[in-house]
Amino acid sequence: MRARYIPVVAFTTLIVAIQLATHFTDTGYHLTQLTMTAYYSLLVVGLCMLTGYAGQISIGHAGFFAIGGYFSAYLTTHNLLSQQETAFVSMMKKAGLLAVRPDLYGGEILNVHPWAACLAAILAAVVIAYLVGGPVLKLKGHYLAMATLGFGVIIYRIALGTEFLGAADGISDVPGFPIVSGVDIAGKASLRVVNYYAAWGLVIAGMVVLLNLIHSRVGRALASIHGAEDAAEAMGIPAARYKLHTFVLSAVFASVAGVFLTHYNGGIGPSEASVMKSVRYVAIVAIGGMANLWGALSMSLVLNYLSLRGYFGTYDDAVFGGILILIMLFAPDGLLRRHLLADLKRMVSGGAEGEAP
Amino acid sequence: MDLVFQYVVAGITYGTIYAIVAIGFNIIYNATGIINFAQGEFVMLGGMTAVTLSGFLPLPLAILGAVAVTLVVGAVIEIVFIRWLHNPSVLRMIIITIGISILARETALHIWGEGVRSLPYFTGTSETSINLGGVYISPQVLWAVGIGAVVVAALTAFFNYTLPGRQMRACSANRDAARLCGVNAKNMVTLSFMLSAAIGAIGGCVVCPITYVQYDSGTPLAIKGFTVAILGGLGNSTAAVGAGMLLGILESFSIWVLPAAYKEAVSIFLLLIILFVRPSGLFGSVEASKLKEF
Repeated sequence: MRARYIPVVAFTTLIVAIQLATHFTDTGYHLTQLTMTAYYSLLVVGLCMLTGYAGQISIGHAGFFAIGGYFSAYLTTHNLLSQQETAFVSMMKKAGLLAVRPDLYGGEILNVHPWAACLAAILAAVVIAYLVGGPVLKLKGHYLAMATLGFGVIIYRIALGTEFLGAADGISDVPGFPIVSGVDIAGKASLRVVNYYAAWGLVIAGMVVLLNLIHSRVGRALASIHGAEDAAEAMGIPAARYKLHTFVLSAVFASVAGVFLTHYNGGIGPSEASVMKSVRYVAIVAIGGMANLWGALSMSLVLNYLSLRGYFGTYDDAVFGGILILIMLFAPDGLLRRHLLADLKRMVSGGAEGEAP
Repeated sequence: MDLVFQYVVAGITYGTIYAIVAIGFNIIYNATGIINFAQGEFVMLGGMTAVTLSGFLPLPLAILGAVAVTLVVGAVIEIVFIRWLHNPSVLRMIIITIGISILARETALHIWGEGVRSLPYFTGTSETSINLGGVYISPQVLWAVGIGAVVVAALTAFFNYTLPGRQMRACSANRDAARLCGVNAKNMVTLSFMLSAAIGAIGGCVVCPITYVQYDSGTPLAIKGFTVAILGGLGNSTAAVGAGMLLGILESFSIWVLPAAYKEAVSIFLLLIILFVRPSGLFGSVEASKLKEF
């Protein structure tokens, strides 16, 4: 077994241990927040890949989360019953892309099947990430930060101001997401344990993908771009293309997280796209140690869980703001840095750190 | 036709405050190369403090007090968070100033709550208006534009004719050379934070009667201010005034074509276009911008 998979096994054991512990102490209700934590963690590790490994900051990733969530929520709640005679809808119906379900009052709702909606949501995120990423990633430093922040604000404003997306109320009554028969991604108490494992299984699968990527040719190329972009280009690495692809990949992680959390919660609101959410994700990546997937994941597990359980109360945002400042002042390489990696990074990027104003 | 002028007047009002925020950005950027993402919070803090002080002080004193308080906050922020960092990277500074803005906002939330507040009109009431050839202008708009003009003029004089102003310019041009000439560069950075906090507070007080103030009104202003600073050319305060008016008027007319809810998105869309097409700004020099560190 390769060394990089040892943490995977350790983390999987931890996830199982937590579930068993809640089972035997009869505190299963904790699993609800832990499941939501998993989906936010999926976004965080994707962002860590972009920020830590490709060296590109994004303060707009809540936007991609919302794109995934809103797309899926709209498609799976928009009733097509009155349009079922139209050519497009009947074609979709024949292709099996539509699903019928009862509404709250016993009537019938005809809408897009969650699987099809999920694919559409991911596709939308990919297209938008390509369109936005192309020009945005040409920018550096302040300009890149501001452009990604701006992207996030635009998505937030669209979610908040668009009538058919529910404006300030968001979209509710989103159906569960059928994985296989009997296993739905939905916030029902009877499905709590199943959902917990499904969510963390998805995160671990995502981690395996990212770990393999980091240890591949692509990962080494990203490390060289992060260290010295001009030198990397001189070695024949197409830096712009690698950065764009990493951006799109992290957008896919964010949108998948958005899709599943929306189905799990049964709804989504504009607050998921707010700037504060994006900043929070960056904060977690920073605490974990910018280029440390396991650090980001474990910090996300702890902080998102505490936040969702309401331990920070009305100080929730302030806690993340405070953490952000403290980390950047005293430990800019993160709390859980691996010394070897940090030293290596300092050797590679030491010059750049000293020159910047 | 009158309606068009009415929109222009509204645009100029908002444009003034955007320009004031942008000037605050520029002062700190020129002295340190830092974009202070908490700039909008100075505006909010100035407005909020003035509203509280006006409860037991006459209006002019309340405003002066608010400016003084914000100025001290600006100094404290610089001394606590910025002063002792040695050559921090751009990314680190971005994250720190964003963190400061969150803390300032949350502190304001816990001090003042979620309520919307407002100062009384400097002269007259919200109904008073001056008729200028068919266009009705609130006297507060004249106050805002007038004080904005005074601030820009005073700032120009400060940078050109006073010793601290010239020292600050020297530090931004070449910090090491300035230090060799006996300028205390660190104090200049503190001074730049105080100056930009004070200017933000003045802006906050002037527009507070028209636009109201709330604990979270800082961040949108910071984004607009940044847009204007970029639009004019980062670091150039005179250009920021022109760019501020341009953005204010554009936004005000955007309501004709788009729902009001998207008004915010218009300026950000403009920001993105400017960033992609001409990051040196409308009035900035392309060559000079290549030498700057972002």
